[in-house]
Amino acid sequence: MALTLLVLLPLVGGLLVLLLGKDRDRLVRQVALSISLVTFLASLWLWSGFDASSADFQFVERYTWLPDFGISYHVGMDGITLWLVLLTTFLTPIGLLCSWESVEQRVREFSFFMLLLEAAMIGVFISLDLFLFYLFWDAMLIPMYFLIGIWGYEQRIYAAVKFMLYTMAGSVLMLLAILWIAYYHQTVTGVVSFDLLDLYALEIPAELQMWLFLAFTVAFAIKVPLFPFHTWLPDAHVQAPTAGSVILAGVMLKMGTYGLLRFSFPLFPEAALQFAPYIAILAVIGIVYGALVAMVQPDMKKLVAYSSVSHLGFVVLGLCAMNVTGVQGALFQMLAHGVSTGGLFLIVGMLSERRHTKLITEYGGLKTVMPKLVAMFLLITLASIALPGMNGFVGEFLIFVGSFAEHPGLTAIAVSGVILSAVYMLWMFQRVNYGPLTNPRNKGLRDLSAREWVVIAPIVAMCIGMGVAPGVFLKPMEPAVKRIVAQMRGMVPVNADKTTSEVVFPGVEKTTSEVLVGSAR
Amino acid sequence: MNQNDFAAIVPVLMVTLAACTTMVAEAFRPQRDLAAGRWFGTYGLIGLGGAIAASLNQWNQSLVGFGVISVDNFTVFFNITLCAIGILTIILSAGNAERDHLPLGEYYTLMLFSIVGMMLMASTTDLLVIFIALEIMSLGVYVMTAIKRSSAEGAEASFKYFVLGAFSSAFFLYGIAMAYAVTGTTRLDEIGMRVASSALDPGILTILAMVLLLVGFAFKVGAVPFHMWTPDAYQGAPTLVTGFMSTGVKAAAFAAFIRVFLSALEPLRLDWMPIVSVIAALTMILGTVVGVAQTSVKRMLAYSSIAHAGYLLVGLVAASAAGKAAMLFYLVAYSVTNLGAFGVLAALVTPDRQHDDVRDFAGMSRERPGLSALLTLFLLSLGGFPPTVGFIGKWYIFNAAMQEGMYALAILGVLTSVVSVFFYLRIVVMMYMSDETAPGHRPAVSAMTTAGLLIALAGVLYLGVLPGGLLSIAADSVASIF
Repeated sequence: MALTLLVLLPLVGGLLVLLLGKDRDRLVRQVALSISLVTFLASLWLWSGFDASSADFQFVERYTWLPDFGISYHVGMDGITLWLVLLTTFLTPIGLLCSWESVEQRVREFSFFMLLLEAAMIGVFISLDLFLFYLFWDAMLIPMYFLIGIWGYEQRIYAAVKFMLYTMAGSVLMLLAILWIAYYHQTVTGVVSFDLLDLYALEIPAELQMWLFLAFTVAFAIKVPLFPFHTWLPDAHVQAPTAGSVILAGVMLKMGTYGLLRFSFPLFPEAALQFAPYIAILAVIGIVYGALVAMVQPDMKKLVAYSSVSHLGFVVLGLCAMNVTGVQGALFQMLAHGVSTGGLFLIVGMLSERRHTKLITEYGGLKTVMPKLVAMFLLITLASIALPGMNGFVGEFLIFVGSFAEHPGLTAIAVSGVILSAVYMLWMFQRVNYGPLTNPRNKGLRDLSAREWVVIAPIVAMCIGMGVAPGVFLKPMEPAVKRIVAQMRGMVPVNADKTTSEVVFPGVEKTTSEVLVGSAR
Repeated sequence: MNQNDFAAIVPVLMVTLAACTTMVAEAFRPQRDLAAGRWFGTYGLIGLGGAIAASLNQWNQSLVGFGVISVDNFTVFFNITLCAIGILTIILSAGNAERDHLPLGEYYTLMLFSIVGMMLMASTTDLLVIFIALEIMSLGVYVMTAIKRSSAEGAEASFKYFVLGAFSSAFFLYGIAMAYAVTGTTRLDEIGMRVASSALDPGILTILAMVLLLVGFAFKVGAVPFHMWTPDAYQGAPTLVTGFMSTGVKAAAFAAFIRVFLSALEPLRLDWMPIVSVIAALTMILGTVVGVAQTSVKRMLAYSSIAHAGYLLVGLVAASAAGKAAMLFYLVAYSVTNLGAFGVLAALVTPDRQHDDVRDFAGMSRERPGLSALLTLFLLSLGGFPPTVGFIGKWYIFNAAMQEGMYALAILGVLTSVVSVFFYLRIVVMMYMSDETAPGHRPAVSAMTTAGLLIALAGVLYLGVLPGGLLSIAADSVASIF
């Protein structure tokens, strides 16, 4: 029941919030925040009960739902899911708290949609049935659509509709691919099944894998977003309210890479092997292109949005390496990016709450006015540009190590992205915070309030914590990553019922985390 | 004529009785006492409720009445669905019909008689009886379209609907004549046998009969290129009548469509499949693409219903067991959702305004959060979002299409449904995201309307989360006859 509870908590809580009275915004905020905190605590409790040495799905629940169609309510959590769920439950209260003052209208609906979104996102991560997964995947769009469309900035409607249609167009083809594979299971085994573990065991002819792989991957690539499917992202990010941007960048983009890792690659390993180099090329283009475009942005939020395109490129590059180090790095980078980019959006949100502008040229010399905020800004910026000792470094380093073994040339180009990210981030930071205080309107801006400390401190703590003690995060994901890499490489009889943690994986001889974490320090 | 004959038509008789009661009650109503009409809906509710109870009793009975009424599970399924559509329409009409000054006696009588036609259409196994049932149903609906006597639009819509409808009836009748000419019978099972014996080399007359029948049905379900009446009729009719004819007429027409094409004309499947495929594709495309350009919400929903007819036709093309059951499920899903959506629209109508333009919805969520939320959910269901019944319906249809290897139709179907989301969302955008608020008074909602909308909501969500029961009932319904 544990995982179902994690979905139901925010879902029921969200409905509860709707029932609260109309003009009781304060109470609504408090209740919503409490619900999200309880959800976070529940997810921590799950973590405490999680067996980090096992590659299997844990806390598994399975109830028949539509037995005639091979559909069941099947959820579970492995080392990969664990962190993404924790990331979701960690960022949601922060998102709610950062909107404490900036969201003044329709607080009830806002809290409702935030909690609904949390429930759907957790659902996406824990689903082990493709039908269930698709259900959550599609349902997730609705609250985000409203969050952007109602509480966003001037161009919000355009951005919301574009976000919705773009994502939907990608995912409907995935729906057909899901149907196809479920019925292919029927032709092979005689029973139709949407169950992921059944489908993992299915061997699909290579030429068919290609089409299915494309249908799945396009859906995920749009979500990531991988170049050239990224055009919805700057619009959505810039127009979304701060909480929306935090969740969008922090969690939703990861669903794309999660989907690649959980579905595209292991379900269609042969197609994955074939396509991985091309996806890696797109990823590298995204890294460089995103960084270059970010560099010239006059708007801070847009800059951070393009930096996401660049950073997610690293993640995809790591996945395309299809080895344990690269995938682990990618996963770590997903978490690190979620935290640090979430932090950047929070900072930008705080600045624009004070000044109602996100243009870099409107600022300058903030260091003298708001030393504390600028200090936090600096730490998060450094995390984002992957300074050793911060969380961004570990992920990128592992990705490069993993990827260099497979695509040395591409990796060499990708490394330039690290330098570029230092350029655009530090340049932005410098223009905003250093120099003389030229704009008189920036005088007397107040520094971090107590509430803002509560919002930003956990983020900064995680930026440093994940950089200093990456082993805490890498260890539990390692067995699951090893299993999934083995599956991608077709090295094990991919029967998910088997306890894979004891299986020795050929070609996975590197003991990644210890060695690399050692060198990372 | 024996006892069984009557046992078979008990549900139809009950509705007929209710219709006659309403008619008599209207005739004996004190002339000035308009309020008396308020209770006329009750007769309908009792009759339809009784018909549902009687139909439930007929499940798995396989009765035959008068040689032309076949009460198999398919019939029972449709009778219950059609009666439920009637009940929901009556509940939603309470309050709205008085407000719009509709002549209540005629309104309920016509509605009940057209439900009788619909039920007969779903249950008969003889082409001539189908035609008669079609006419009973259509005549009721033609008049209902123009029932608001002060409305010039309604009169125009009704006239167009009538002329085009008569035209299509003629096609249908010619189809029957041709079928009779070839096979010497109008009974579906016998036609099926005769056609099957020459299925490899059907004569030109057989093909002509098939095509003419197809045209007749395509008109009634609103499929391209015989959809022209739909937008005008839907826009001109009183909103609840639109809701009624977009669900009831469509369901009944599809019931007969399925029965004729999957039993009598099943042997010609290879001949009609390409034609129906093309019609399905065009219907989906036109419904969604033209829907995008509409500014009148009722017209938009008319094009949406055209698109939905397209999805249903995909089910017909992929007429595996799953495909047939998918159509049945989809009809229920679409009916409950569409009635809900039109119920909300009807609640917003004021005597001087149709509340029909997209701009009328601007800022509605601030004044009417409940209605806005309901309409949003119904629209999301029409667009096929989980966890609503619309998603399950679409999934089931495309599921069947994929199973039968109709990839092109499935791909076209999902892509057009993305396009359709665009226009459904336009209303949502207006209600929730617009800065302005449309001027004008928004009337209070009667308790009955609220109840009706909540029933529709419960259906949309319940069937969206736990569709298993209805899915297997739909499967059982088609298993018995095809």
